[in-house]
Amino acid sequence: MFSKVLRLKNSLISNQRHIRKFCKSQTHLDLKRTCLYDFHVHNEGKMVPFAGWEMPVQYKAGITTEHLHVRSDAGLFDVSHMLQTKITGEDGTKFIESMTVADVDGLKENQGTLSVFTNDSGGILDDLIINKTTDGYLYVVSNAGCAEKDLKNMLTQAELFRYAGGDVEVEIICNGLLALQGPSAGKVMQDAVDFDMNTLPFMTNRQCSVYGISDCRVTRCGYTGEDGVEISVPSDKSVELAIRLMNSKEGKVKLIGLGARDSLRLEAGLCLYGNDIDETTSPVEAALMWTIGKRRRQDGDFPGAEIILEQIKQKPKRKRVGVISEGPPARGGTKIYNESGTVQIGELTSGCPSPSLKKNVSMGYVETAFSKVGTSVQLEVRKKMVQATVSKMPFLKCNYFTG
Amino acid sequence: MATGVLGRIALRRAYLLARDAQKTPHIWKHLRTISVSAKLYAQRYFTEKHEWVDEENGNGKVGITDYAQDKLGEVVYVQLPEIGTEVELDGEAGILESVKAASEVYTPVSGEVIEGNNAVVDNPKLINESPFDEGWLFKVKLSRPEELEALMNESAYKKYCETLE
Repeated sequence: MFSKVLRLKNSLISNQRHIRKFCKSQTHLDLKRTCLYDFHVHNEGKMVPFAGWEMPVQYKAGITTEHLHVRSDAGLFDVSHMLQTKITGEDGTKFIESMTVADVDGLKENQGTLSVFTNDSGGILDDLIINKTTDGYLYVVSNAGCAEKDLKNMLTQAELFRYAGGDVEVEIICNGLLALQGPSAGKVMQDAVDFDMNTLPFMTNRQCSVYGISDCRVTRCGYTGEDGVEISVPSDKSVELAIRLMNSKEGKVKLIGLGARDSLRLEAGLCLYGNDIDETTSPVEAALMWTIGKRRRQDGDFPGAEIILEQIKQKPKRKRVGVISEGPPARGGTKIYNESGTVQIGELTSGCPSPSLKKNVSMGYVETAFSKVGTSVQLEVRKKMVQATVSKMPFLKCNYFTG
Repeated sequence: MATGVLGRIALRRAYLLARDAQKTPHIWKHLRTISVSAKLYAQRYFTEKHEWVDEENGNGKVGITDYAQDKLGEVVYVQLPEIGTEVELDGEAGILESVKAASEVYTPVSGEVIEGNNAVVDNPKLINESPFDEGWLFKVKLSRPEELEALMNESAYKKYCETLE
């Protein structure tokens, strides 16, 4: 049934390095398509424009069903639109540290971390995952919406590094990227690889074969709060891998769209770049202080360090918090007021009705004095005030496999 | 009472047939001959914003179409206009929210809101499962019944939806 699709894709991707060019759609919007585009359409994905790509927002089952399926079993996401890069050279670690707040040097072999690119005023240029590998390079994944900006930054910085005698190269990895998430993900993966999945705890990675497909990189991470992996796979094998995962007998693996990806990450308290963090928010305000390595704080050698370190000392004026409410769903842009509803103290940056909790979950920034968990606040939803409470994030227990 | 229920069943059946027919156009002709609801359909009007209204004894029963519920996705929160509110043609008269987004309901007719469908407030999914029947939203006592004349009939609406794809 899929052989036709596979053949078609193979012919399109004769030169993998140029996949992004070849995969451009024919529409006037000039949206890009991932190597799984035909597969989504075949599986009745509702395709919508997202960050310059045509992506499935949902499939037939719908967002709520897809969301709950990830929480109870296993879901498969196409995240091939994200930017995957390989940083090689002796000074790769120094290079990435010069742009981010992470202590990459302190990472163990095959370990990764969430980090942020910062600008000189302490704002966040993008969030990213930096993985150390045993194959002589760093494997970096950053947002599709920031791909152009990130690449330009990295390439310019690399140029400067080399000019100063440094040894670093930045390369785009033109692979597909599939995320398998949910309580069954570990079992499903165990059936697909020839090593013990227990040796791959949260935020570690490994180059390996998956269902015999070689040159995959499996990273135990995700964007849902569940156990799971992201698999970087040669693009001409992406459809094959997706089909093999969906046919697994170790779990009911179903396709999940961007709609449920958003509600899942919100429940898990994870930021969406462009909504919850951007160039005007600092990692301290965004409650991402933990991403700033101890050594990096001491050395203060990352962009915007002066401002960021000062914020750590003085406490920031505002802070990102979780908010739970009932009644009409509160979305990004909703104004947050104090308990009596008289003074505005902040604004929500994203929010949705939570399919798991049957309440409305949201996050946003409030003045630091109101950021304590349990603080009563009011939200202005369509000119009416709604009772809400500053809440702990994640909104539900995360199930990361920590070994 | 009995005719009301039967009428509704007929309506639902006709809707289901019509919906299935859309998916498999080659059998549409056959289905059309056994559809008995031509008379009922004559009273249903549609708007370009994908609301429908049934006229019954000077009252208009309003809901959203199957096309609209499909585009919206699963409805998880419903806000209806309060009983007694005077609503104006094309004015906002309620909110439907899915996990992903909120969308306004615009009233296709002017008048006083005389009833809201509490069943959809308690179980918003009814709007997805039965948009033309159990998923109706509110009833309006028509203050300007002539407004209905400007709306589309079912076949015109069907054609209109085709132009949107």
